[in-house]
Amino acid sequence: MDYEPVIGLEVHVQLKTSSKMFCGCTTEFGGSPNSHTCPVCLGFPGVLPVLNKKALLLAVRAALAVGCRISGEVKFHRKNYFYPDLPKDYQISQYDEPLSENGKIEIMSGGTAKTIRVKRVHMEEDAGKLIHEEGENSSLVDFNRSGMPLLEIVSEPDINSPDEAYQYLTNLKLLLKYLDVSDCDMEKGSLRCDANISLRPKGDKGLGTKAEVKNMNSFKGVKAALEFEIGRQSGLLDSGERIVQETRLWDPEKNITISMRSKEEAHDYRYFPEPDLVPFALDGNVAKAQKASLPELPKARKERFMNLLGLPDYDAEVLTQEKENADYFEECLKNYDKPKTVSNWMMGDISAYLNSRAMSITAIKMKPASLAGLLKEIDSGKISGKMAKEIIPEMCDTGKEASVIISEKGLSQISDVSELEKFADEAIAENSKTVEDFMKGKDSALMFLVGQVMKKTRGKANPAMVNEVLRKRLAGKK
Amino acid sequence: MENLYSFTACELLDLLDRKSVRPEEIIDSIYSRSQSVDAKIKGYIRLDRDAAIGRASRLPASGRLRGVPVAIKDNICIEGELTTCASRILDGFKPPYDATVIDKLKSEGAVIFGRANMDEFAFGSSCENSAYFPTLNPWDVSRIPGGSSGGSAAVVAADEAIVALGSDTGGSIRQPAALCGVVGMKPTYGRVSRYGLIAFASSLDQIGPLAKDVRDAALMLGVIAGYDPKDSTSVNVPVPDYVSFLDGNIKGAKIGIPTEYFVGGLDSEVDSAIKQAIEVFKGKGARVSEVSLPHTEYAVSVYYILATAEASSNLARFDGVQYGYRCKDPVNVLDMYERTRGEGFGAEAKRRIILGTYVLSSGYYDAYYLKAQKVRRLIKEDFEKVFNAGFDCILTPTSPTPAFKLGERAADPLSMYLSDIFTISVNLAGVPALSLPCGFTGSGLPIGMQLIGGFFEEGKLFRMAHAYESSTDWHKRSPQL
Repeated sequence: MDYEPVIGLEVHVQLKTSSKMFCGCTTEFGGSPNSHTCPVCLGFPGVLPVLNKKALLLAVRAALAVGCRISGEVKFHRKNYFYPDLPKDYQISQYDEPLSENGKIEIMSGGTAKTIRVKRVHMEEDAGKLIHEEGENSSLVDFNRSGMPLLEIVSEPDINSPDEAYQYLTNLKLLLKYLDVSDCDMEKGSLRCDANISLRPKGDKGLGTKAEVKNMNSFKGVKAALEFEIGRQSGLLDSGERIVQETRLWDPEKNITISMRSKEEAHDYRYFPEPDLVPFALDGNVAKAQKASLPELPKARKERFMNLLGLPDYDAEVLTQEKENADYFEECLKNYDKPKTVSNWMMGDISAYLNSRAMSITAIKMKPASLAGLLKEIDSGKISGKMAKEIIPEMCDTGKEASVIISEKGLSQISDVSELEKFADEAIAENSKTVEDFMKGKDSALMFLVGQVMKKTRGKANPAMVNEVLRKRLAGKK
Repeated sequence: MENLYSFTACELLDLLDRKSVRPEEIIDSIYSRSQSVDAKIKGYIRLDRDAAIGRASRLPASGRLRGVPVAIKDNICIEGELTTCASRILDGFKPPYDATVIDKLKSEGAVIFGRANMDEFAFGSSCENSAYFPTLNPWDVSRIPGGSSGGSAAVVAADEAIVALGSDTGGSIRQPAALCGVVGMKPTYGRVSRYGLIAFASSLDQIGPLAKDVRDAALMLGVIAGYDPKDSTSVNVPVPDYVSFLDGNIKGAKIGIPTEYFVGGLDSEVDSAIKQAIEVFKGKGARVSEVSLPHTEYAVSVYYILATAEASSNLARFDGVQYGYRCKDPVNVLDMYERTRGEGFGAEAKRRIILGTYVLSSGYYDAYYLKAQKVRRLIKEDFEKVFNAGFDCILTPTSPTPAFKLGERAADPLSMYLSDIFTISVNLAGVPALSLPCGFTGSGLPIGMQLIGGFFEEGKLFRMAHAYESSTDWHKRSPQL
């Protein structure tokens, strides 16, 4: 039978604060185990949580950006369950009155725009990490991550394919990075995603029994896990079996999901209002101020790049896919006003440089103003585009200005006509056969002569000028 | 100087001020007193003379309590010193930090002296639930001192301490104060920082003083009260000079007597002591009339739902992972949890954890926890109505009976729970209340009276209590030990 997948995603991102959610410990990644801890995030007897104001502001910011309605009151609940990485054996989270509800994220599906509704965006604290050393019959706990501020973004089950899920995640991540509320680095665990998926016969409106899939460590992993689940569930349904409501773990090595626990084994979290944090009214001005300070979001920026800077759709899309790239692009334009030229270089040689080193644009030493300087050198004819291509990696590596490298390497282009005439005459004299061919009307023969001049000047000649000079000299011979 | 242990904190401060005594002499005096009487009372879990002498010799140059020894209930964290809540599960636990109240005491020059016994995790009204040993009532050692701050009350009553800190979740300062014949104050919720108090029920717990008289209690509260950025439930209201309220002037003060508190189960001797106390107040010019707190009858039920719910969550962290007791040779995590908690908690702690877990369980939450929260609001409104009507305080018995016999109620948790029937509503409402001595039974057991005030009106309560105390001698009696 033909099935339609129904998918909902729960995304956790770590908020970009300098201290933890309820104590003053650093949120820096890494550090030797348990070095970023204090009695509060270790859940020692007698300690009390105090909410990090910055975390709240970032959460409000993110919620507003996905169009959520912000609750007038901030209220925390305790989620109770026993686990060794959870020092208090309860997690401070939000429950029936989350920070915000009813937002949306736009994606493209099969060439048309689609809206995925966001059910809620709420705050909670992270747990520590268990370390299982091979061959040991005990485990270790590292609480450095304990108490990190998290934002949970829960979608409605509006996603109908693994591809849409991938798009949703990509757009959400882009948005959060634009807002500067999270690094969204899946490798460092600052973005995590769980998926709920069920199938229903195409055309049906009801919902099938869902499975929850956890442990995906990349967006591609999410896609692959969902694809696997569609296959698994449709296989079961086709053979007349029932889907069991359960939690499944994605195994990225074997590319399969495996059952972790069934609904019957599910926790009863015994949520109740956190008595250590008094609910407080969220000043309407806080939301207003955050709204006013929201940066331009990716979609608006792309449109501006197209409409005001005249970039083609493709260029605008690529450049806005990473906030840092778009920022770099605009910085460069402050010193150089040909957007399409900058775009070409960024999508071409700079992008190639970054890809070959798996770097992001923020990691290169070449400042946007330096790129502008390089492009001006090309325009002035001082260097050729080909020379620029050779200079770029060095600029990226060292941060040196183009002009410095040009003079260090003696790269500047020969644009002096009388000098070029001298080389042209030499080439003509040394290649009488080619000159003859040209005279007989074989235009391509000229290219050979241009090549000879370039060779004589070790590439320093301005090719357009060489072309012109040769034509003039040859015309004189007719 | 002789018998320094029998002095109040204010008297000692006066002597210290005039350099008539040295802090070390005071420590020595109460230490030797403890040596001679604590074998009978068993009020202290730990008492380290040398440590106290050491602290007394390194005091700050000045401070409102400079040189005054203070006994501390075993559920308040002191950096580097065993703090066990009288529970096996906190075996060997030394907090890496000071509770805010300890910080304040230290910076005002108080000398931390001895850890007072308590019911395990403050679960109880008799001090019989301590994992160490029961504390006994100094007025009759066959009887309980009350609880859960039974150790704190007993050591003050027996002159083994000058003043003490206790904690009060449902009456745990006031009830033992009443049963031991001392003054005990439960401040407004949010008046004193809970940072470093090992939580029983976070929305009800408050730390407060136990003292020989009202003046000492007022002095102590002034030191420990105040907003604490480390406690989000503490309230930023200025702390007045409570001692300045002790002016004896209560002429025209309005006292409410709640009819609901004078019903069946009230001991006749307690009843008549309270009635006489009312006459004393009238004699000093106070106006006394009946008031109603109509939701009183639900208080005990509401309390045992909310307090156990919070406790079940607060006590989850005692799991053997990081600190305290861990069972021997666990085979896996679940086994470690089960045996650590099974072996580490006493019977009453387990009873309350199970009760609290039950009322929060899916399917029961609305019927118990949510309903109880609603009734809690009604109880709070009962009090607000009385104080909005212009009453300065509400006067009730602190406990329906004087101290009962050791073991008398131990097998019947419900009868034990009912010994807090007059004190529980106050915690649910969050208002302040104090207990002070107002008489003795024919057999010589102390009787306590409770004065309840409006939010942050501790000053008024001290004024009322002090006016009464000045006209009576109950607080001057000492047990024969």
